[in-house]
Amino acid sequence: MSRQSLTKAHAKISELTWEPTFATPATRFGTDYTFEKAPKKDPLKQIMRSYFPMEEEKDNRVFGAMDGAVRGNMFRQVQQRWLEWQKLFLSIIPFPEISAARAMPMAIDAVPNPEIHNGLAVQMIDEVRHSTIQMNLKKLYMNQYIDPAGFDMTEKAFANNYAGTIGRQFGEGFITGDAITAANVYLTVVAETAFTNTLFVAMPDEAAANGDYLLPTVFHSVQSDESRHISNGYSILLMALADERNRPLLERDLRYAWWNNHCVVDAAIGTFIEYGTKDRRKDRESYAEMWRRWIYDDYYRSYLLPLEKYGLTIPHDLVEEAWNRITNKGYVHEVARFFATGWPVNYWRIDTMTDTDFEWFEEKYPGWYSKYGKWWENYNRLAYPGRNKPIAFEDVGYQYPHRCWTCMVPALIREDMVVEKVDDQWRTYCSETCYWTDAVAFRSEYEGRETPNMGRLTGFREWETLHHDKDLADIVKDLGYVRDDGKTLIGQPHLDLDPKKMWTLDDVRGNRFMSPNVLLNQMSDAEREAHVAEYRANGTKVA
Amino acid sequence: MADITDQKTRSFPKIEFTDSEAGALDFPSSKSRTYNYYKPAKLRATMYEDVTVDVQPDPDRHLTQGWIYGFGDGPGGYPKEWTKAQSSNWHSFLDPNEEWEQTIYRNNSAVVRQVSLCLENARRARAYESWNHAWVVFIQRNLGAWMHAENGIALHVFTSIQRSAPTNMINNAVAVAAAHKMRFAQDLALFNLDLSEAGIDFDGAAHRDVWQNAPEWQPTRRTVEELTAVGDWGELLFATNIVFEQLVGQLFRSELVMQIAARNGDYITPTLVGTGENDYARDLAASRSLFQLLVRDEEHGAANKELFGQWLSVWVPKCLAAAQALQPIWSQPAEKPVTFATSLDAAKDKFRTLLEDLELDIPKELDQ
Repeated sequence: MSRQSLTKAHAKISELTWEPTFATPATRFGTDYTFEKAPKKDPLKQIMRSYFPMEEEKDNRVFGAMDGAVRGNMFRQVQQRWLEWQKLFLSIIPFPEISAARAMPMAIDAVPNPEIHNGLAVQMIDEVRHSTIQMNLKKLYMNQYIDPAGFDMTEKAFANNYAGTIGRQFGEGFITGDAITAANVYLTVVAETAFTNTLFVAMPDEAAANGDYLLPTVFHSVQSDESRHISNGYSILLMALADERNRPLLERDLRYAWWNNHCVVDAAIGTFIEYGTKDRRKDRESYAEMWRRWIYDDYYRSYLLPLEKYGLTIPHDLVEEAWNRITNKGYVHEVARFFATGWPVNYWRIDTMTDTDFEWFEEKYPGWYSKYGKWWENYNRLAYPGRNKPIAFEDVGYQYPHRCWTCMVPALIREDMVVEKVDDQWRTYCSETCYWTDAVAFRSEYEGRETPNMGRLTGFREWETLHHDKDLADIVKDLGYVRDDGKTLIGQPHLDLDPKKMWTLDDVRGNRFMSPNVLLNQMSDAEREAHVAEYRANGTKVA
Repeated sequence: MADITDQKTRSFPKIEFTDSEAGALDFPSSKSRTYNYYKPAKLRATMYEDVTVDVQPDPDRHLTQGWIYGFGDGPGGYPKEWTKAQSSNWHSFLDPNEEWEQTIYRNNSAVVRQVSLCLENARRARAYESWNHAWVVFIQRNLGAWMHAENGIALHVFTSIQRSAPTNMINNAVAVAAAHKMRFAQDLALFNLDLSEAGIDFDGAAHRDVWQNAPEWQPTRRTVEELTAVGDWGELLFATNIVFEQLVGQLFRSELVMQIAARNGDYITPTLVGTGENDYARDLAASRSLFQLLVRDEEHGAANKELFGQWLSVWVPKCLAAAQALQPIWSQPAEKPVTFATSLDAAKDKFRTLLEDLELDIPKELDQ
């Protein structure tokens, strides 16, 4: 179809809408934004007649590559260190994808622009594609990779795991609360426009370096749909900006969405890329370097900053603080260490680190060894059962962290932890911004204005609460993270598949697991203050 | 010859043979190569089940921490209260069409190819030039009006529903129905564009006024608009796919256009409209299966039957009124091989059969 005929065809298709006079579509999902003064902005033009064959062609390439990978014995050269982390990543990501599909009618409800409705409905179909194509990739991994355990229980594990819950924000955030906050600012303006770059481009690049060219095949195909979605988001954003009343809400939502995406996505993808790779070339980009390119330059400087010309205040401070956390505060390294500390309740195995890894980390993040090296040496030392407990229950100078009530990644940059009584409960937060998100942003009033449509933080937000004061073996069994012999754990702190070297329920029994939040709420004021001071001092007792 | 001695040394990762293929070692779970967190309907899981089941979590199944975000006025996630219909196990619904990514694109691309070829051939054969004026006007007005209904249902019925149902299986099936409707509505609009450019006396803009103002189409427009105003996703799906599509959609597409086009010298329109009928047949199979499950539910079947009876009492009169109002268009073509009464009887018969499949009482209005 030529460009001219595409324009003509799109104009014709826009004739399909009409102004209803008998009844208007139900507003199932409210918003506190207003679009009364909004000029109509055209999103990317897409016609189903060209859309379906285009996607079919993309699919054919993906499925051809998948066949080729199996025929070409790709799994002879896949790094287990890498593919183990895919058990976590691929358990999470199909839900955010399908949630993005579900979010589209929320945006349609909220935005009175039929031109955009069409684009949003196409995005819905894209997202069904993404979710199911990713589930299928995971199935292929389960069938072809040496260790299917963890892939085999993927959606159950996603739904009952502490890390799965962190990732679930990246889906639930799209579909709940104020329709524009969720389906536009959080999903499209921030998650899709900024963070899919690291998710779907940077990470697959690392997969290829670890012998897995199927992840790039599938995710680059997914990413090629994103430009449509970014265009949808930008159109709605410009419409919202046309009304001064939306400005405080947009600024609120940009702060929340940016920070939550940083907390969640950088935690996960940073860890996968830095600790899941065997590629330790000194000139390969670190996650921090990738972030600088994909997020800071491509998104912040090229997309967010130009919005200032519309008078919007951009959260410069939070962008800089995210960068500061990644480069100076060891955010990714802290998260990786936390994941590794929790290995018995993982459904993936985490490799030990070698001298080559240490050298690379020190090269990329000077000072890494002095802060994390000793702990990883202990991780290596305590990798096998028989002589010791899991590392979380050994004295290796690491205090199990408090969980952030908002982003649910623990408060790992300990000096930044905020402790406040909110809704009659002592809660911990990883940062001032996460505290603000819970205490200020996700409320029915914002800066003196009613915001009845804003979402609420709900659920059993501290995973540990569900398992408080239970034996570790019972927790693992309850979660179902046990292999088909009924005793060997799915998660292991090494990659050796010799059954004699794999931990069993008996090996972890006798360790009681306590919820930091339950304990915090049981403390007297004095005990709590002392505890928090000690925690903020990196787990060292305050004199 | 190019000098390669001064070129920069490239850096690239080293591939290592790791022997990480399935079957390389025996160890606990080394043969555990099926998704084990759900029970497939048959002995072996289908591709559809594997890529669909449990992707949308549910606190009634594996979700232990509950939904972590809520709406300002209620719980988040997918509350079962978003429809009055009840099920003792919403997860028992599986899409009989087993739609997932590959089927969506393969099927719809096949339709696109069929439609495109048909339209190309029509242009080459100057097929529209032989249409009589009455038929040109019929297509201009009525197919032009109908495409609005398809588009409205795509965007404000099916797209809307797929946020609300409690399982991924229901929501995906409905999302596919939305895709069908969008594609079909657009195909009709682009057909309209082709006809505008075919050198015949065809007014490509007339459809708007007909849809917005022509008396025969106003009850249909009213019903479509009233459908989009329904908040209960179960009622919306039932009223649209079980009632409106039977009494109005099929009446127009299958019992009128498909029956009379050839006799009026038009072999193009049935090819297009046939794709819409095929889509509906697939989408109806999914809806029939869902509502059958609900009426056969051991715990809630009786209550659901009563509820569906109430929904029928609301929507059957509206849809019959829309159908009746369309009667004049049966007289518009030059060739009138079927009467309105014949068409409506046929549509009612199909509807009765569907209601019998759903074990629902036949509304008395159908006999009037």
